Amino acid sequence: MLGLLLLQTLRIAIPYLFAASGGVLAERAGIVSLTLEGFMLSGAFCATLGSFYFGSPWIGLLFGVAGGAVFGALHAVATIRFKADQIVSAVAINLMVVGLTRFFLRLAFDSSSNSPRVAGFGGDGNAGALATFANPLVWLGIVVMPVLAWVIGRTRFGLRVRAVGEKPEAATTLGVSVSRIRYGAVITSGALAALGGVYLALDQHQFTDQMTAGRGFIALAAVIFGRWTPVRAGIACLLFAFAEAVQIQVQGAGVLPSQFVSMIPYVLTLVALAGVVGRAVPPAALGRTEG
Amino acid sequence: MSASITAAIEDGVLPTLTALLVALVAGDLLILSYGQSPGEVWRLMLSGTWGNAYGIGQVLYKATTLVFTGLSVAIGLRAGLFNIGAESQLAAGGFCAGALGLLLPAGSTPWVAIPMCLVAAMIGGGLVGLVPGVLRARFGAHEVIATIMLNFIVLAFLNWAISATGLAVPETLHTPVVTSSAIPRLSAYLPVFHGSAANGTILLALLAAVVAAWMLFRSRFGYELRAVGLQPLAAESGGIRVPRIWVMSMVLAGAVAGLGGTNFVLGYKNYFEDGFSGGAGFLGIAVALVGRNNPFGVLLAALFFATLSQGGLAIHALVPKQMVEVLEGIVILAVAVSVPEVRRLLRARPVRAAATAAVSKR
Repeated sequence: MLGLLLLQTLRIAIPYLFAASGGVLAERAGIVSLTLEGFMLSGAFCATLGSFYFGSPWIGLLFGVAGGAVFGALHAVATIRFKADQIVSAVAINLMVVGLTRFFLRLAFDSSSNSPRVAGFGGDGNAGALATFANPLVWLGIVVMPVLAWVIGRTRFGLRVRAVGEKPEAATTLGVSVSRIRYGAVITSGALAALGGVYLALDQHQFTDQMTAGRGFIALAAVIFGRWTPVRAGIACLLFAFAEAVQIQVQGAGVLPSQFVSMIPYVLTLVALAGVVGRAVPPAALGRTEG
Repeated sequence: MSASITAAIEDGVLPTLTALLVALVAGDLLILSYGQSPGEVWRLMLSGTWGNAYGIGQVLYKATTLVFTGLSVAIGLRAGLFNIGAESQLAAGGFCAGALGLLLPAGSTPWVAIPMCLVAAMIGGGLVGLVPGVLRARFGAHEVIATIMLNFIVLAFLNWAISATGLAVPETLHTPVVTSSAIPRLSAYLPVFHGSAANGTILLALLAAVVAAWMLFRSRFGYELRAVGLQPLAAESGGIRVPRIWVMSMVLAGAVAGLGGTNFVLGYKNYFEDGFSGGAGFLGIAVALVGRNNPFGVLLAALFFATLSQGGLAIHALVPKQMVEVLEGIVILAVAVSVPEVRRLLRARPVRAAATAAVSKR
């Protein structure tokens, strides 16, 4: 029972971990990450396309990452080169990705709901421990946050990301190109978040319309609840996933309606924002267009 | 005066034209990728919306909700707050209007029952707006995050309220029909609109735009609201209580969005249905953006986006209707990109001209 619960927690947490890692990276560089949902969905769809046409989940993986990076680049160009409002750009990209995936779902597979079955990783549906750990994306998801913590905390690139997110003027003075670092961070963030969508699509062996179902926003909640640090955001992802796993286990027992369980990440984030248990302070330059 | 006209052209007309051009090209590409003729699809979109009374009625119906959500976002932005929560404020408003409508006896006088339900809708939406307003004023929490989180919380709560409490008609996710306070359809007075969902709420939307314009540009509260939006520190030095304006503008934004819920609940279906907001709250962001946060601009922008979404249904036989979702996204992004860009280019020109003149004098 406990083993199953933990396994389920891990499986639910993987997409959150990928998306939240992308969120931490972009937001630490000062670019708002409301785009995570769109990045994930584009990753899921492109992975399905790649896997369908080439019969290999690995090609699907490449396609998915490329798809997320393309929309990351679009967000980056709009907000950095053209100084568009970051929130508006994010809203537009999320809307556009939903529309594009639906449009090309009709074009490629003549369906308004789902793609045919494609090659994926591991078994589908409620597979056991063996199938779960046979999925390379599960392993990648487990290590993504520790690796990101090392990148942000210990590497030159990470130091620069933090500098352009906190004090872009100071970074410029030191000869760091603010826009170049931000381009790197946002495009990488698109690729990372897309991996969350890739995992969903290749785990279920198909794409279904709006299959990310708000997970990008839960990941964003984890980023804020984790106060923009990779390790804490990772723990927040696991916490949110655990709540969902418990809810699935006790379903029908009438303990707490599922709708209230689904509120947990959002309520916790509001509480964190209000500073009831330690104030969540965003990177200083987050969302600023000049810079 | 002429300066304000120039500003209006810079801020409103040029970016919008740019966005339309970009959307037209992108739409052509999507249509061609589907193997159809762009000219034919665009013609079908026009004839299916503005080409007949039913189409016009449907566009007006869709525009009505968008006017409310667009005004809601615009009011927030004028106060310097980005209200992403119009979606859940709209839903909460519709829920409260529907719930009160069910409580009122069936034979109530419409002149009493309808205003009561309108007030209920405003209270429902206003309460949802109050939370991020207070979180911002009291704790400095960013309203974008707060409103997004609240969207999920409120929509989940409404889903629970309709599905788990016996409020819904069995096997559905909607309440029984509200008979006490129905807003009449336009077709009751203008038979050409027969079958379309356009209803009396449209007059309320026009009234809301006029009142919002008066409030923003002619009232003391509006002056304070805009001062806070332009420069909170300066406003505070001028004696304006900034946190109070934040809370009040968010409550107002929520109330306006909530009022929009009556278009569906009292005017069209006459019941509250889970998920009836269907993205109209998010599209309100696009409406406010294209309408440049001006209530009359919001009216035009709402008509534009309503035409797109009704047009999607009209072209569905040739091209998937999801094309318009892509176009909506493209219009939003193109406007967001071209507003600062157009301004930069227009500013750069006189400076360059002056520099050239200075050089040539030597």
